[in-house]
Amino acid sequence: MRENQLLEMIESYLSGEMTVEERAQFDALRKKDATIDTKIAEHKEFTFLLKQYNERLSLQSRLDEIHDEIDVHTLKEDLMAHPSWIVQLWRHHHSKISVAASIAIIAILLTLFISGSLSNKDPRYLQLKREVDQIKGKTDQLNDKTEKIIKDGKATGPVINAKFKGTGFALTGNGYIVTNYHVVNGADSVYVQNATGESFRTKVVYTEPQYDVAVLEINDPAFKNLGTVPYTFKKAKSDLGEVVYTLGYPGDDIKFGPGALTAATGFKGDTTEYEVFIPVNPGNSGGFLMDDKGNVIGVINGKQTQTSGAAFAVKSNYLLKAIQSIPADSLNKSLILNTKNSLAKLSRTQQVKKLRNYVFMVKVYNQ
Amino acid sequence: MNNQLNVEIPSDSEVIIGILNNSDSVLKKLYLGYFPMILQLVVNNNGDEDEAKDIYQEAIIVLYNKVKRGDFELSSKLKTYIYSICRRLWLKRLKQLNRYGGDIKDFQEYLPVEDEVEKHEERDMQLNKMGDALKLLGEPCKTIMEDFYMNNRSMQDICERFGYTNADNAKTQKYKCLQRLKKLFFQQ
Repeated sequence: MRENQLLEMIESYLSGEMTVEERAQFDALRKKDATIDTKIAEHKEFTFLLKQYNERLSLQSRLDEIHDEIDVHTLKEDLMAHPSWIVQLWRHHHSKISVAASIAIIAILLTLFISGSLSNKDPRYLQLKREVDQIKGKTDQLNDKTEKIIKDGKATGPVINAKFKGTGFALTGNGYIVTNYHVVNGADSVYVQNATGESFRTKVVYTEPQYDVAVLEINDPAFKNLGTVPYTFKKAKSDLGEVVYTLGYPGDDIKFGPGALTAATGFKGDTTEYEVFIPVNPGNSGGFLMDDKGNVIGVINGKQTQTSGAAFAVKSNYLLKAIQSIPADSLNKSLILNTKNSLAKLSRTQQVKKLRNYVFMVKVYNQ
Repeated sequence: MNNQLNVEIPSDSEVIIGILNNSDSVLKKLYLGYFPMILQLVVNNNGDEDEAKDIYQEAIIVLYNKVKRGDFELSSKLKTYIYSICRRLWLKRLKQLNRYGGDIKDFQEYLPVEDEVEKHEERDMQLNKMGDALKLLGEPCKTIMEDFYMNNRSMQDICERFGYTNADNAKTQKYKCLQRLKKLFFQQ
């Protein structure tokens, strides 16, 4: 058992139990055999590991003993970062909340979809453009008139039928007329026709699509100055319940439409418009909305088909804003709005009688 | 936080001197002093109190060994050192458990201690291997190994305890046991 003895020698060498003599012998042995040194190192390392293992075990048990004295549970409660109740609510119920939210969203979308609010084409809103189809029945009548005009030798306006019709009214006596942008949009030429049936060529000098406003300038030599307009333009907002009326050309004849101001906002809460309860038809678009005192408070521009009688009008202060932003070089004549009202004291019928000269049928032609 | 819990925290030099002198009371003070900090770290980062205990004890062992080896320099506060070790250990543990969300909520400043944790873990593996080897060794070898190499008992004592008729028999037995232990240890 050579190895056995060697181990014993190594152990006594390491522990320093060797006598001087033994030690000298062992050192000589070490010199002779180099592997002994590695064996010593290995043994030292291994026994050290054993010792350390023991120390580790005892330290661990000491620590465990200390640990047992700690009230870990209470400590943990104190140290947990307590999130706010809303976060806790979310943590505990987030699945339920998510499901509820999804259902709500789906329900809203479905409702919107079914009610048609999601489609771009709003079925309730009908711009008061007048399609030619709607006046097909009157084509014969028009033809008769045209023939008569040709016979008379007074050609006023083209013989082709107007594609769209709307209403316009004079801003000034010198030939500035306001109508809706949507009436003249895309037009090749625009004519206006007065109450006596005379047509005048006009030029669109300004459009403001945002407020649905367009300004026309009559540049026809046959046009004679209308004289000062009898109405004024109201800057302030009008109140609900105000008695209002409009004049326009839903058909070939001028038509009076009485009504009242019903809401301070227009279609879908549009703050640039009033809602009015007034009988309007396609063709009324671009007509004025006049209050009792002869102030223009708006421009008729649309109607809601589902609420019977409800129509909308652009507020007059937006009309004034649009007029103010017309660049000066696009005007050939001066555009100065009247500030003297000559209608205030007149009765309704007298007012209408005066006003009809300032209301025009707007005829739009395009190929 | 610690003040709220009325825990007395020993001074850093007190701890070091205490460890070197094997003082139980200092070890206890040290342990009680910093445990709340680590519990806070672990329970607020996807862990529970048992996991906090594990990594905290590991960190205390790292510190203990470092001080015992004599190479502990007070270059930082003990508190920061312990927190850093625990943070590193906990990050590794979280990654092993696949519970790491990419973010750890910190409560203290910390130092880079990767190397130290690495060394400790190597050593820890060796010790675990030794523990496993000892378990496999069986009696009476295990007790002989423990008595002689760990508890520093003399061969004479061991002889009497196991009823060996002479010291040579005991030595032969001890030698055989050690050889087996080595074999078991290196086989793993």
